[in-house]
Amino acid sequence: MSSIPKELKYASTHEWVRNEGDGVFTVGISEHAQDLLGDMVFVELPEVGDNVAAGDDVAVAESVKAASDIYAPIGGEIIAINEDLEDAPETVNSDPYGDGWLFKMKADDPSEVESLLDAEGYQAVIDED
Amino acid sequence: MANRTPLFDAHVKAGAKMVDFHGWDMPLNYGSQIEEHNAVRKDSGVFDVSHMTIVDVAGAQAKDFLRKMLANDVAKLSVPGKAQYNSMLNEKGGVIDDLIVYYFSDESYRLVVNSATRERDVAWIEKVASEFQVTITEQTELAMVALQGPKAAEKLRLVLGDEAFAPVEGMRPFMSVQVGDLFIATTGYTGEAGYEIVLPASEVEKLWDDLLNVGVQPCGLGARDTLRLEAGMNLYGQDMDESITPLEANMGWSVAFEPEDRNFIGREALEKQKAEGHDKLVGLVMREKGVLRHGQKVVVDGGEGVITSGTFSPTLGFSIAMARVPNSVGETAEVEMRKKFVTVSVVKPSFVRNGKGLV
Repeated sequence: MSSIPKELKYASTHEWVRNEGDGVFTVGISEHAQDLLGDMVFVELPEVGDNVAAGDDVAVAESVKAASDIYAPIGGEIIAINEDLEDAPETVNSDPYGDGWLFKMKADDPSEVESLLDAEGYQAVIDED
Repeated sequence: MANRTPLFDAHVKAGAKMVDFHGWDMPLNYGSQIEEHNAVRKDSGVFDVSHMTIVDVAGAQAKDFLRKMLANDVAKLSVPGKAQYNSMLNEKGGVIDDLIVYYFSDESYRLVVNSATRERDVAWIEKVASEFQVTITEQTELAMVALQGPKAAEKLRLVLGDEAFAPVEGMRPFMSVQVGDLFIATTGYTGEAGYEIVLPASEVEKLWDDLLNVGVQPCGLGARDTLRLEAGMNLYGQDMDESITPLEANMGWSVAFEPEDRNFIGREALEKQKAEGHDKLVGLVMREKGVLRHGQKVVVDGGEGVITSGTFSPTLGFSIAMARVPNSVGETAEVEMRKKFVTVSVVKPSFVRNGKGLV
């Protein structure tokens, strides 16, 4: 049983979103997603300053097993990336909701987050897989 | 329901993530496949390989039978216990399976073949055997584990005790010996020193527990795949199959064309292919970010090929692969990755041996 923190929002493509206030959101992948992918070996992140739309493929999580696209859960500007993942991609495995975060976004429209899944909704997505 | 090895409960107890592997419930990893991989390169790890098929061949014509069925020549084996990498081919020279043959006497051999191809293998062995005076016995009551790594000997000594370990001590690679109920061979699929141990199914869980208790890391199929690929060892069904000959799969060294009068199955097709030329299996190395993957297209001098196996190499820290390409291949190749082409180096398909990088 993988953990799905209640305070986060989720995309059906397994990204999580944390509201940091002031229209800033942190994005990562769920514990379930890192478990499916297995040991992470590279994480390719977007550039700070990139403007992306919800659903754009903006990053790649590459594990020993497979390469998986990561999609922007909402539209906005990339304002920070987790550079520590360059040397320690395995942090995505060990702490997917904490130090294993991928990037931060300034949302074009913060209300877009409301349309994402809550923990219960995301659990239902996992159960269907 | 999928087949279970006698160690199924032990895997679950050790926290394994179980997956279906050709009809068998097998452990993929026990947490981190990279940690398991590194344990085998630096210390020791143990794999459950009980799903593999063990076939004993006995009888007055055992030697003649195997000299007909197998591409390598068992007549090269004269020391009891000696092991040999081998393959059985169809008439077109395609690989039905690769295997290890253990020699006991001219009238007694043991074959260890892949599980994925078990039914087809056994049917083929029995078909070829029908023309010889031999008895074929599939050993379904035996289990098998692979203990691999630089500290494998030390760990096995701890578990067996000095007396039982004595016959194994200092054994050269590709040998085997029977110690009580244990058949212990210095073979493996990792590029490290170590043992493959065949024993009665009823005793395997105790051996497994004893090994874990002396600090041996349990390892799953994930680590098994990255280790064998670093070692440049083929995976049946991926790097070769019935439509691929040993010459196209870097297995030419295991085909014995001498003596010329040994008419093994597939010989004619191989000789023709040798004369006409053929593709070959090479190694690829990519030092940039990214991972080479099975199925990716490879463009080389004189044509195109395909990656048969690719992975991130935990030992080397970059990606490696095996690819089947035209013989005209030069020192580099272009691989199509995520819609762009990346230049990679072409090397011999052997990347790591005894913990050390070769590329």
